[in-house]
Amino acid sequence: MSEVKGSLKKFYAGFFIVAAALAGGVSYYASSHPDGLEKVAEDKGFLDTAKDSAVANSPLADYGVSGVDNERLSVGLSGLVGILVTALVGILLFNLLKKKS
Amino acid sequence: MHIPDGFINIPTSASFGLLAVAGTAVALKKARTELDDRTAPMAGLTAVFIFAVQMLNFPVAAGTSGHLLGGALATVLVGPYAASLAVTVVLGVQALLFADGGLSALGLNIFNLSIIAVLASQFVFVTIKKIMPKTRGSIPVAAAIAALIAVPVSASAFALQYAVGGTGTAPASTVFAAMFSTHVLIGIGEALITMVTVSAIISTRSDLVYGWRQEKPKLAVKTA
Repeated sequence: MSEVKGSLKKFYAGFFIVAAALAGGVSYYASSHPDGLEKVAEDKGFLDTAKDSAVANSPLADYGVSGVDNERLSVGLSGLVGILVTALVGILLFNLLKKKS
Repeated sequence: MHIPDGFINIPTSASFGLLAVAGTAVALKKARTELDDRTAPMAGLTAVFIFAVQMLNFPVAAGTSGHLLGGALATVLVGPYAASLAVTVVLGVQALLFADGGLSALGLNIFNLSIIAVLASQFVFVTIKKIMPKTRGSIPVAAAIAALIAVPVSASAFALQYAVGGTGTAPASTVFAAMFSTHVLIGIGEALITMVTVSAIISTRSDLVYGWRQEKPKLAVKTA
């Protein structure tokens, strides 16, 4: 049994494509119930202490693209923008940090 | 479990912000000695994957959902230092572009999810790995147990922050009990997602899994 199957580039590409499919497609089917913290805050009466983020008016706020009315498209596009920005920042940061070969 | 602005007062948020900066500085320093041409892209992709999966809220109990936090997954895939940085990148993008998690709360969130979750994951993962057979199949199981425990530990870190500087009126002990029990359930989802992901990666490119590579330092490295 081999430890290594397939090329590195193919693996990286596959990993990225899976993430893109999840953020761009599957995300539409995510549960819209409040998450654990939000639910606890609601039950214990401190949800109303939350303040709007300073970037609450961001065109991507709450995982949608403002101006895109189709819910599926809006969520999916915001997810794709999110992974592209994360990839850009992540690759830049980790490349700066890596040992020079 | 992204804390919005307002839940925790500003002095407490700022104090945890300082802890987050200190922890991130350590991670930056240590990651520098570990990352190379093969693992740097892996760390970036781990951040991308965590961003994607964090969008996928799953139902956990009546009217409650949870999503992957990713600390355990990242720790096993890229090691604790790069893992902490990867989660911090995700939290930064979410707070700045998506208004997910407050800006004044960013330090609180980095402390809970990039530092505490990763420390807990690393401790549990290394401990479980020691008592399990030294086989590749043990890695996803150890990763799952690390995930299962790291989530309620992170939730407890929020309860601590609430006890110190919560603006709500509910007693801290009540908030702790509710956060802990809810996040035990979310931890089960986190464990499953972590196990499936680590299994899939270890069966295709086990050489890219930090938590397994450490077991086999002499493993031949094949580059693309």
